[in-house]
Amino acid sequence: MHPVFRTCLQRLALGIATLWVVSVIVFSMFELLPGNFAQAVLGQAATPEIVENFNKRAGLDRPFLERYGTWLTGAVQGDFGLTFGSLTSAGTQARTVASVIMPRLENTLFLAAAAAACSVPLALGLGLLAALYRNSIFDRVVNAATLTSISFPEFFVGYILMLFLAVQHPWFYATASVDSTTSFWEHLARIGLPVIGLTLVIVAHMMRMTRAAIINLLASPFIEMARLKGMPPSRVIWHHALPNAWAPIATVVALNLAYLVVGVVVVEVVFNYPGVGQLMVDAVQSRDIPVVQACAIIFATVYILLNLSADIIGIATNPRLLHPR
Amino acid sequence: MSNQNEPMTAGPAEEITLAARRRRGAFSAAMHEVLKAPPTAKFGLIMIFAYLFVAVFAPLLAPYGEAEVVGRQYAPWSDEFVLGTDQIGRDMLSRLIFAARNSVSIAFLTTLIAFLLGSMLGLLSAVVGGWIDQGLGRLVDVLMAIPSLIFTLVLLTIFGTDLITLILVIALFDATRVYRLSRAVAVNVVVMDFVEAARLQGEKLPWIMAREVLPNILPPLAAEFGLRFTFVFLTIAALSFLGLGIQPPTADWGSMVRENATLINYGDITPLLPAAAIALLTVSVNFVVDWFLHKTSGLRDV
Repeated sequence: MHPVFRTCLQRLALGIATLWVVSVIVFSMFELLPGNFAQAVLGQAATPEIVENFNKRAGLDRPFLERYGTWLTGAVQGDFGLTFGSLTSAGTQARTVASVIMPRLENTLFLAAAAAACSVPLALGLGLLAALYRNSIFDRVVNAATLTSISFPEFFVGYILMLFLAVQHPWFYATASVDSTTSFWEHLARIGLPVIGLTLVIVAHMMRMTRAAIINLLASPFIEMARLKGMPPSRVIWHHALPNAWAPIATVVALNLAYLVVGVVVVEVVFNYPGVGQLMVDAVQSRDIPVVQACAIIFATVYILLNLSADIIGIATNPRLLHPR
Repeated sequence: MSNQNEPMTAGPAEEITLAARRRRGAFSAAMHEVLKAPPTAKFGLIMIFAYLFVAVFAPLLAPYGEAEVVGRQYAPWSDEFVLGTDQIGRDMLSRLIFAARNSVSIAFLTTLIAFLLGSMLGLLSAVVGGWIDQGLGRLVDVLMAIPSLIFTLVLLTIFGTDLITLILVIALFDATRVYRLSRAVAVNVVVMDFVEAARLQGEKLPWIMAREVLPNILPPLAAEFGLRFTFVFLTIAALSFLGLGIQPPTADWGSMVRENATLINYGDITPLLPAAAIALLTVSVNFVVDWFLHKTSGLRDV
C-alpha cells in the first residue's frame, strides 16, 4: 500500500475514534444531572404520575448503557429521539429532534457555505500579498486592521453592520428571517449581512495565519537556495514554494472554517436567522437535552471532519511523502 | 537596560542570564521599554490602566447605582441620564461603569484559574513524562477536538447558568491551550544541564517545576496570558449576549447589548456602546501582547 494512503487511513480511524469518544462524553455528561431532572423541567406543580410518565416517554427509566446504545445507533442514522419540549406538555404530538433540526441545519450550512465562499479566496489572496510584500504600507495597514477586527466580539461587528447597512442606509435586510417557502435568490439576498459579518471575522484570522505560514515557508533554506541559484522569482514561488505551501494553507482554511462553526451561533442570534446555532441556544435555555445533544454532536462532527480533512490534505500534498526515496 | 538593544538571537542559556539581569531595576527598565514602545502599544497600555481605574473606582464614578431603576425605560440621552436608560429604566452610564468591574474581574479570575491549572499540569507533564504525560496529552486532545463554545453550552445545560459554573467551565477549556503551550516550552528547558544538575542534587519535584523550569518559560506564558484573557473575555461576552452568561441584575457588557438591541432598529447607537467597550479593551490587550511578543521572541523584522 502506498504510504500516503496508509497514513490517511490511520488519520481517518483516529478521527472516527475521537468522534466516538466525543459522543460518549456528550451523552454521559447528562448523567451528571443533579437529582430529579424531570421534576426540574416540569416544574414543582407536576404530580409524581406526570413525572413518571415523562421519564418513561423520554426513556429515562432505562439503564445508562441501554440508552446510550439506542441513542448511538439512532444517531448514526440521523435519528436523535424525541424533543423534551414536546414531551413536557401532555397530549401534544411528540416531535422528533431530527424534524426540528433538519430544516435549520440546511439553513446553517447555506449560511456557512456562503460565508466560506466569500472569505477563503479573499483571505488567501490578502495573506499571500501581505507575506510577499512584507513590511510595506499595505502589510502594516492590513495587519493593524485584522488585529482590530479579531478583537471585536462577533455581535459588535453584526450590530454595526445592521446599523449602517440596514437601518441608516436600507441596502440590506436587517434580519435574516427565512422559511421553507423562500426562494434561493431571496434567501441569498436576506443573508447578506450575516455573510458579511462572518466574512469580516474569519478573514482576519485566516489572513493572519496565511501570512505567517507563507513567511515561515519563504524563510526556509531550500527557498533561499533556489533564490541564490538565480532562479526567477515566479519559478521559485510556483515550483518550490507552492508545493510545500498546500499543507499550511489547508490547515489554515480548515481551522478557520471550524471557527466558523462557533461564530455562526452568535451571528444567527444577532440576525435572528433560523439555524442550528439559534436552536441550540434556545434548547440550552429550556434545557431540552436531546436537542442540545444532537446540536453538540453535529457541531463537533463538522469541527472534527474539517480538522481531519486539513490533516489529510497536508499529508496527501506533502512532496516528501509523495516521492519517498 | 542596554542588553535589550542587542539582537536576542542567543540560545536558551543566554536568555537565562538575561532573565536574571532583567530582574535588577525591573521598574526603571520597564519604564524605559514603555517609552520606546510603538504608539499602538502605548495606546493599549493607557487604555488598560483606564479600564482598571474605572473598575476599581466604579462606585465613585457612577452617577447612579448598579441595579437602581431611576427613570422611565429607554429614556434618550439627556443631562440627567448622560447615555439614557435601559429597558427597565436603569442608568446606562452607571451600568457601563459597573460592568467594567464585573466583566473584567470575572474574565481575569477565569484566566488565572486556567493558567494555574494549565501551566501546573503542563510543567508536570514535561518534568515527569511517562504515563502522566501520555494520559494528560490524550485527555487534552479529546477536549480540544470539540469546539469549546459548544461544549460550554452543553455543560451549562447540565449545571445551569450560575457564575461559578461559568468560570470553572471556561477555565477548564482554556487550561487545555495553556497546557499545550507550557508543556511544549517546558520540554525544551527540562533537557538542559541545570535541570539535570538539580535532579542529581536530589531536589524535589515542586522545586524543579517552580524554581528551575518555570522562570525560563515565563515570557511566552505572560504573552499567552494576555491572549487568553482576550479570548476568555470574548467568550464570556458572547455567552452573556446569548443570555447564558452573567445573569441579571449584574451589569455586564454582553448582556447589556442583548437587552437593548431593539434600539438599533431605530438608529440609536446606545446598544453599541457596551460592545465598543469590549472591543476597545480586547484591542488594547492585543496591541500590548503583540509588542510584548516582538520584545521577547527577539523578532526584529517590524
